[in-house]
Amino acid sequence: MAKAPALRKAEPPVPNRERPDEPKPYEASKDELIEFYKQMLLIRRFEEKAGQLYGLGLIGGFCHLYIGQEAVAVGLQSALTEKDSVITGYRDHGHMLLCGIPPQDVMAELTGRAAGISKGKGGSMHMFSVEHKFYGGHGIVGAQVSLGTGLGFSHKYKGDGGVCLAYFGDGAANQGQVYESFNMAELWKLPVIYVIENNQYAMGTSVNRASAEDQLYRRGESFRIPGIQVDGMDVLACRGAAEEALAWVRAGKGPIILEMKTYRYRGHSMSDPAKYRSREEVQAVRDKSDPIEHVKKLLEEKGVTESDLKVVEQQIRKIVNEAADFAEQTPEPDAAELYTDVLVEKY
Amino acid sequence: MPIEIKMPALSPTMEEGTLAKWLVKEGDVVKSGDIMAEIETDKATMEFEAVDEGTIGKILVAEGTDNVKVGTVIATLDGEGEEPSSGERAGDSANAQPKEAQPADKAPPAPESNVPMAAESGTQQLHAAAEQKAKVSDPAIPEGTEMVKITLREALRDAMAEEMRADERVFVIGEEVAQYQGAYKVTQGLLAEFGDKRVIDTPITEYGFAGVGAGAAMGGLRPIVEFMTFNFALQAIDHIINSAAKTNYMSGGQMRCPIVFRGPNGAASRVGAQHSHNFAAWYASVPGLIVIAPYDAADAKGLMKAAIRTDDPVVFLENELLYGRTFEVPKLDDYVLPIGKARIMREGKDVTIVSYSIGVGLALEAAEKLAGEGIDAEVIDLRTLRPLDTETVLASLKKTNRLVIAEENWATCSIASEIQAVCMEQGFDDLDAPVLRVTNEDVPMPYAANLEKLMLVTADKIVAAVKKVTYRG
Repeated sequence: MAKAPALRKAEPPVPNRERPDEPKPYEASKDELIEFYKQMLLIRRFEEKAGQLYGLGLIGGFCHLYIGQEAVAVGLQSALTEKDSVITGYRDHGHMLLCGIPPQDVMAELTGRAAGISKGKGGSMHMFSVEHKFYGGHGIVGAQVSLGTGLGFSHKYKGDGGVCLAYFGDGAANQGQVYESFNMAELWKLPVIYVIENNQYAMGTSVNRASAEDQLYRRGESFRIPGIQVDGMDVLACRGAAEEALAWVRAGKGPIILEMKTYRYRGHSMSDPAKYRSREEVQAVRDKSDPIEHVKKLLEEKGVTESDLKVVEQQIRKIVNEAADFAEQTPEPDAAELYTDVLVEKY
Repeated sequence: MPIEIKMPALSPTMEEGTLAKWLVKEGDVVKSGDIMAEIETDKATMEFEAVDEGTIGKILVAEGTDNVKVGTVIATLDGEGEEPSSGERAGDSANAQPKEAQPADKAPPAPESNVPMAAESGTQQLHAAAEQKAKVSDPAIPEGTEMVKITLREALRDAMAEEMRADERVFVIGEEVAQYQGAYKVTQGLLAEFGDKRVIDTPITEYGFAGVGAGAAMGGLRPIVEFMTFNFALQAIDHIINSAAKTNYMSGGQMRCPIVFRGPNGAASRVGAQHSHNFAAWYASVPGLIVIAPYDAADAKGLMKAAIRTDDPVVFLENELLYGRTFEVPKLDDYVLPIGKARIMREGKDVTIVSYSIGVGLALEAAEKLAGEGIDAEVIDLRTLRPLDTETVLASLKKTNRLVIAEENWATCSIASEIQAVCMEQGFDDLDAPVLRVTNEDVPMPYAANLEKLMLVTADKIVAAVKKVTYRG
């Protein structure tokens, strides 16, 4: 009879390579917290308004709202500097506002007007602003991951010290090109932060119905890209993760993955009845984990009063209403615009 | 009987090569797997292994000999138990004639091979047509310009190198472009000159690196993305179409994607269905893209430079069968051609033959045959497929009133179909006969040499079509 192997003493596994530290929640000053609050509220009210205009038939096609996920983009992008770039998929309105693109330019694009950021030729899913280092706004699931890797490549090539923040969802996380990109990014140590906005549903398919490894922050392991899972409903956790990720990438250690656990309150797009989850599920998240309510509480703890917040609320509503009025009234593109911008040069 | 060792074909397009070096000498015993010689093909230096065992009898082609035809007996091998075939046992003769001392034209005539090529295939005809028509010159080149003979592959490389010297933002990325010197040697030498920051080997991940290239272009760089062949670009077509072609429009003209996607396209030699596809019409159907498909080396150079410089995304379709072909290229410091301009390769008055890429060689060959029969054909090389130079085509039609399109592609939804439509819509009153398409057969590319030959467009098929439209058949 073979001798039973001696029991080994359980020891914690030794990491075989350097890993980033567990991020700490960001310690925000009162002013910073107010700023986070404002930004999140701007996104929420903007998106609610967009949903309303869609219902009125002023916005057409596909329109994907960011409501519920605000803390992710606000927390992460608040840590960026002017040299950094941002790219995302089609749920892009919030990211654009945070890049400093005027709300009326975004809203006018949603209504398909000449004053829109893409002259009315892009629509909700295809918006860009090179000036604000926002590179889209891409309608093909996962494409922005390779493109974002290319932006990271250009930062490194130019030596401008910039980092590309490349957002994608839990659905895109299963696309092949994501892994092709991971491989090259780590191989070439590109300055890219891959942000997986895990809002639990890829359209109507939940993460565990679509992902063999549903802990998406581990998806870089076979490429030696470290990943961190983050509470995407907590803006301070998001900002803290951004600090850690930026330090890693800026130190030349290559890309990093942040899996942001978040939730979208609305359907996948305006035309999604969201029958794949219960109302109770959505309501429970709204009640217990709303990112804006969370900051509101923190602000109250810091002595900000209800009436102070009301003032903020009014300011935001005013900005959004003005953007919506502008987007409704500003004219559609001139018919001649149909033929412009197809090519840059004349042949 | 000694075994004859023949000059091997070491690439699908190789017809001849240089016997660079013998690694064995007469009297050496070799067994299978031993490396006997180094042979330079049109693409690389290859090692030539022994298959049979025995003793090297006589070395018949000295090292350093150029232009040794495939199938030429280069040495003999005495099998076991056989008498040596020659008395010269000393190995000196094998190494006695270095290249300099023995120019190819003075070398002892290499024994003629009794098997010239295994089988005649269709791509050999395409290849041969390009050889016959290698002497073409562009009227646009200033008179008195010195012309140098280089291969099309060198012309492409020179174009890239010149643009890389001129613009720090230009870089080359793709599979085997750097250390391997290019799967088809097109990027040869670029790594040495520009370093690994600007000449970048990728993993075999077309979708990924096409996206990385497009993203880098959006970020302000000027990538040249090489696809080993355009067959593999199908994996990346999303980025070519959705990311590169549409960006400028979707962004209202503020975000650009100045990128060149390049590589061989169309039928290569005996590589079968998955490696023999012409994608010209696919890309040419997409607004936002520039599509270029040059025929000769001068156009390849001038148009590649233009492609790298333009702010628009370019699909640059090369042809593997033409890479090794030598053409005259003007010796000018900065030879850049306009995109979107066709070229009249041969003037004629009776009929117009329109083509592009490797089809131009066939069209010119057909035109010569037709001249012998008293039909004076005009041959137009489209060069750019989007935007299409319909003006040149229609002007020629106005003159000849008859038009045939020759295309190494399927007929359905082809460039030929497009030219037909243009002639119908805009040249109807000039037509004295229906416009005919001369293309490949409507089947996937077969492997067998005889079937490949049947499948592909030929000069004879062009001649037959021309006779039809001139009512001479």
